[in-house]
Amino acid sequence: MTPLLDIAELAKRFEVGNKRLLYAVDEVTFAIGRGETVGLVGESGCGKSTLVRLINRLLDPTSGSIRLAGTELADMRARAFAGNANRARIQMVFQDAGDSLNPRYTAADAIADPIRRLKKMSGASLKSRVEALADMTGLPRELLSRFPHQLSGGQKARVGIARAIAVEPELLILDEPTAALDVSVQVVILKLLQQLKRELGMSYLFVSHDLNVVRLLCDRVLVMYLGKIVESGPAAELFADPRHPYTRALISAIPQADPDKRVGRLRLSGEPRSPIDPDPTVCRFYGRCPRGEPRCSAEMPVLRTVASARQAACHFA
Amino acid sequence: MTAVPALAVEDLSVEFRTRSGTVKVLDHVGFSVDKGETVALVGESGSGKSVTAFAVMGILDPAGRVTSGRALFGGADLLALSEHDLAEQRGRELSMIFQNPRTALNPIRKVGQQIADVLVRHGGATRPDAPRAAVEMLKRVRIPDPERRVEAYPFELSGGMCQRIMIAIALACRPALLIADEPTTGLDVTTQAVIMDLIGELAHESGMATIFITHDLALAAEYCDRIVVMHAGHIVEAAPARELFAHPRHPYSAKLLAATPGETVSLAELASIPGGLPDLRRPDLPACRYSDRCERRLDDCARPLPHRVIGERHTVSCWNPL
Ligand SMILES: Nc1ncnc2c1ncn2[C@@H]1O[C@H](COP(=O)(O)OP(=O)(O)OP(=O)(O)O)[C@@H](O)[C@H]1O
Ligand SMILES: Nc1ncnc2c1ncn2[C@@H]1O[C@H](COP(=O)(O)OP(=O)(O)O)[C@@H](O)[C@H]1O
Ligand code: SF4
Ligand code: SF4
Ligand SMILES: [Mg+2]
Ligand SMILES: [Mg+2]
Repeated sequence: MTPLLDIAELAKRFEVGNKRLLYAVDEVTFAIGRGETVGLVGESGCGKSTLVRLINRLLDPTSGSIRLAGTELADMRARAFAGNANRARIQMVFQDAGDSLNPRYTAADAIADPIRRLKKMSGASLKSRVEALADMTGLPRELLSRFPHQLSGGQKARVGIARAIAVEPELLILDEPTAALDVSVQVVILKLLQQLKRELGMSYLFVSHDLNVVRLLCDRVLVMYLGKIVESGPAAELFADPRHPYTRALISAIPQADPDKRVGRLRLSGEPRSPIDPDPTVCRFYGRCPRGEPRCSAEMPVLRTVASARQAACHFA
Repeated sequence: MTAVPALAVEDLSVEFRTRSGTVKVLDHVGFSVDKGETVALVGESGSGKSVTAFAVMGILDPAGRVTSGRALFGGADLLALSEHDLAEQRGRELSMIFQNPRTALNPIRKVGQQIADVLVRHGGATRPDAPRAAVEMLKRVRIPDPERRVEAYPFELSGGMCQRIMIAIALACRPALLIADEPTTGLDVTTQAVIMDLIGELAHESGMATIFITHDLALAAEYCDRIVVMHAGHIVEAAPARELFAHPRHPYSAKLLAATPGETVSLAELASIPGGLPDLRRPDLPACRYSDRCERRLDDCARPLPHRVIGERHTVSCWNPL
């Protein structure tokens, strides 16, 4: 069966002067199945948002393939994609619900906008669709006439979600959707996302720094480090038995209130390697990796299967 | 061990004038931070954490007014200092990391220059030394390739990197008091650990006192000595971090903990806090601003709130604590 999203050797390199290249996303390959929730985690600046913007076709890739249910999207320029029929199939909820809403649009306008553009709906049917979406996302209808600055963080998050699901996407990309929310509102939004997924059968690509949230929400997890995917696997297994040293460091850094559970903490020392013109024969984690052997600086480890449904990019995984 | 308070906030009240009336945003807030100590300020969004920080730093919005209280720091009341004297202290003695890193950085100036400016202005380095000192600071906050990144403009960096630059700037002059407003939001946990360790190191080495504002109770519990819980402009509980986590006594503290994902195995185990913050413009605000949301409310709760000391540095303002 073809997966919903099939990414192959996708790369984005930014020019940073003097012909030097910053490898933001470096030959990344993975797939997302229908109805699957995939978590994307990694160090800040490792390329998560860039990857997400490539998939969502807001950014043109340097090379590689992005297939949505078998249709190649990578060839199309980002600008042309905005008016393409496939546009509605991938939608995104942005990192900051507040910043991503147009301050001059009411909540109703914000939700209606993609429906008008991509589904050519208008008038009474548009109005009732917007109200139905408000109901689905738990946004009181009387708030529909408000502007973003008149809404709370949680209400803005609901508008962002209502807007994204308005055109019935098959893939919903969420870039840290709850980072700006406090824990109480976060619980409500996470439960809403889980319920919407059950009702609408969407797939999620969920970017988050909160590993406890990823563990609760995701079926599978991708771990990124300096532009590369270094580990992937079912969430429960990956958290219980991380194979890549970076994943181990990440999991051991999850804040832990109980001091008895803080044993065996791994702290990374050393300098992160540069993402600018990286050496193709050196492991990206070399220099910070607690293991780091001579082979690691002579040969780049590839992402390979290390157990059923699990992959890691480390010579010793 | 005798603790030396670096900052003592006493009886602080702040109001904002708005078109629809006066908002009593802080109501008789008091807490202290010792030298070398890190105190977390936690609570829902809108509970008054940032306003507390702004008031202490003397950078309240013009619509805001301090109606009572003192903030004692190094023998002086910060709230009574002239704008000129306060500006002297800010940056050198007092430093703040703001909630939104992107808007706090100058978009058209290279990040290395921005750090150098601060170092030079506050005597941390001479002009010729400043560029090298800036690279050193970027290294400490784990920015890869610091020599080249000093040449970057803020838009070329990810959100998390801007955050780290702000932290580098705030720590550059080794302040005596650091106020960090959600400094690690948007950072991955390994970088977060590096930043928290760095704050811890400065606290240990130079006795820096830190007010750490966060939504993340687990983070506060791991890295802070004490936790102060705020709700709707009141401090409802203050306790040593571990104690608050193990035995929260205020009903609101307990609810906050129940909403925090941790060892939980499913989303269903997490519960949001019912209701919302009261409208702080209401003239008839109840004595306990949590009472409309509280499951433990008694008739007594309408009386002025008690300030109960229930343990070593553990206080709670509630008539029927857990
Ligand atoms: N300039 C202002 N004018 C009117 N009210 C204000 C102003 N600034 C803050 N407030 C109000 O003060 C209260 C506390 O705000 P504050 O930003 O300190 O909350 P917070 O706990 O820091 O929340 P968050 O976690 O969202 O930052 C809120 O009710 C807010 O609406
Ligand atoms: N327009 C740009 N020019 C140069 N470098 C960029 C640009 N946009 C992003 N980058 C770089 O790409 C890398 C990945 O950034 P980003 O995708 O924003 O990270 P994340 O979302 O994981 O925090 C970073 O090194 C960042 O500095
Ligand atoms: S290949 Fe070597 S340096 Fe890279 S993660 Fe594995 S052990 Fe560490
Ligand atoms: S004082 Fe009463 S209403 Fe307020 S938190 Fe305590 S028990 Fe609840
Ligand atoms: Mg990002
Ligand atoms: Mg705030």
